[in-house]
Amino acid sequence: MTDPFSTISSYNDASRYASARGSRTPPGSVPGARQKQSIILIVLTYLIFFALLIAPLLQMIAGAFEHGLHSFISALTRPAAIHAMAMTGAVVVIVTAINTIFGILTALVLVRGEWLGTKLRHVLNSLIDLPFAVSPIIGGFMIVLLLGPNTIMGAMFAWAGIDIVYAFPGMVLATLFVTFPLMVREVVPVLQEIGTQQEEAASMLGSYDWTTFWRVTWPSIRWGVLYGVVLTIARSLGEFGAVLVVSGNIMNKTQTATTLVYQDVENFNIAAASSVALVLALISVVLLLVMEWAKKHKEHKAHQAHNGQKGVH
Amino acid sequence: MHIEVRQLNKWFGSYHAVQDVGFSIEAGQLIGLIGPSGGGKTSVLRMLAGLEQPDSGEISFQGKLMNDVPPQQRGIGFVFQHYALFKHMSVFDNIAFGLTIQKWPKARIRERVAELVELTGLSGVERRYPHQLSGGQRQRVAFARALAPEPQLLLLDEPFAAIDAKIRKELRSWLKELIERVGITSIFVTHDQDEAIEVADEIMIINQGRVEQMGTPWDIYKTPETPFVAEFIGESTLLSNAHTLKGFESMKPGEESKALIRPEYIEVGREGEVRLPSASVQGKVKALHFRGSEWMVEVDVGGMRLKTYRSLESPVLHIGERVQVLIHRIYLFDKDRSWMQENALKEDPLPVLI
Repeated sequence: MTDPFSTISSYNDASRYASARGSRTPPGSVPGARQKQSIILIVLTYLIFFALLIAPLLQMIAGAFEHGLHSFISALTRPAAIHAMAMTGAVVVIVTAINTIFGILTALVLVRGEWLGTKLRHVLNSLIDLPFAVSPIIGGFMIVLLLGPNTIMGAMFAWAGIDIVYAFPGMVLATLFVTFPLMVREVVPVLQEIGTQQEEAASMLGSYDWTTFWRVTWPSIRWGVLYGVVLTIARSLGEFGAVLVVSGNIMNKTQTATTLVYQDVENFNIAAASSVALVLALISVVLLLVMEWAKKHKEHKAHQAHNGQKGVH
Repeated sequence: MHIEVRQLNKWFGSYHAVQDVGFSIEAGQLIGLIGPSGGGKTSVLRMLAGLEQPDSGEISFQGKLMNDVPPQQRGIGFVFQHYALFKHMSVFDNIAFGLTIQKWPKARIRERVAELVELTGLSGVERRYPHQLSGGQRQRVAFARALAPEPQLLLLDEPFAAIDAKIRKELRSWLKELIERVGITSIFVTHDQDEAIEVADEIMIINQGRVEQMGTPWDIYKTPETPFVAEFIGESTLLSNAHTLKGFESMKPGEESKALIRPEYIEVGREGEVRLPSASVQGKVKALHFRGSEWMVEVDVGGMRLKTYRSLESPVLHIGERVQVLIHRIYLFDKDRSWMQENALKEDPLPVLI
């Protein structure tokens, strides 16, 4: 099981230790050689950072504005782009809503569901990570195999007038498959850390499950949930493989922002591709900032909880 | 509240945690459940609270069967081992929680919380959060929170375990006083015998899922029914050959009998110091330990190592010194009974009648 708190704190300790060591030059060593070494390392790090992140981003901005602001706006306002971004938006909203509710429920069952038995919970716990291990394209392919128009289940849904594959429901399903572990993995460690005593205390004071959840459990897990929501949004916004297989990438029908970028690149329409990609990148930056903010709160709460257990005498 | 428990059993998988436990508690009593860790004390407490379902047996309060009543409706205040305060709520909101659940009017809630804050000496910290409190303050908040909805029974699971030794003593007497003042039937779990003896009106010793003995601390100390109880309450040493001791020769050792002796029942001293030289034997000082307010002396008598205490006022003994040892009495346990054996030589065999 991954425990984000422990990795974060150990990372902090390590960096603190490293900086403490760096500030003190050990006696007997040659400071000049050391300094040279670290300068080379720092320059190298910046170079890699530039080559991998900044340069492509600059190239993308340049590409987007290659033919001026006007072309950038028209690339974004063409009907295919507007439809694709609306599609992505719809998928993100629905997937995030479903994933949040079911992710929290799954985490509650995994951590608190003693009626399931330890072994079954163990199996379920490892199954939840399956989407991390399986390539998204294969995930999408599995949905096609299970619910495609030529399968029994797909035919049944088609008979009922619901298209799943090559339609919106399939895209939601594929994105759900890919994002499912994100919420569970954020909430499970928090639930484990807070334990059951607060909830038991609430029930001894007359509070039933629903009230206990909202008044006792929820305030403890909400920052973890927010973090999970941001991760889910980011992941479903950028999901490509699974959606590509399931949607069929039909323009103005099942095309999403990412598959539109893919198609623009295929058509050598670099300026249009860059414009849409730039919008996606900007949203990612905003999400990243929210994520940092949520993480800080989460750590703060975890820290408080830790102190709370230790007790200040 | 009068509590009656009959034939209570609880299994955790294949582990029989609570075995045929039965007891009854009079209203207004303060009961200490004591025993070694993992002996089933907490399980009994949790079953009383309704947090755990018994596999068989009956729990009734005031003659009403409670087995199928959910914890929310049992009217019990529970103080958890690590207090389980709601860490995102202020002290005030923690104490008020049970009252808001019961939908008391706001004004009455404020009144009741103020009353409890006063009672538990928490004035001035109502707006603080649990992580801003000391261990002792947290315990008081947990206590106030449990008492707020006016429960009929208060259960405390190791209430002092997470507190410094020094503050613990202070809190013990505070708690006892407070429970007496509120007049609520209370049961607390502990593994610390001093705590149980000091706080409880009656103690119940639980070992390996069974009730070994129940009674007032004094009764249990005076007449332990099983070797376990004698060893657990007070100090005692197991004797291998009790019938070889002077004054106890007439005793016939049974097949499965055990003999135990407490340090208080042994007197040691130099020649002339011990009152009844005729009833005492020779021993050799093996070890001396300073215990703050007295000496603990280990003496060897006929190959048995006996422990006793000696006042700091008496002359200091030295290791290897020959001393007189007077054994007043020992406890004897058979398979199904226990009794006390007095030193036969303490009674003058030829009393001179004047």
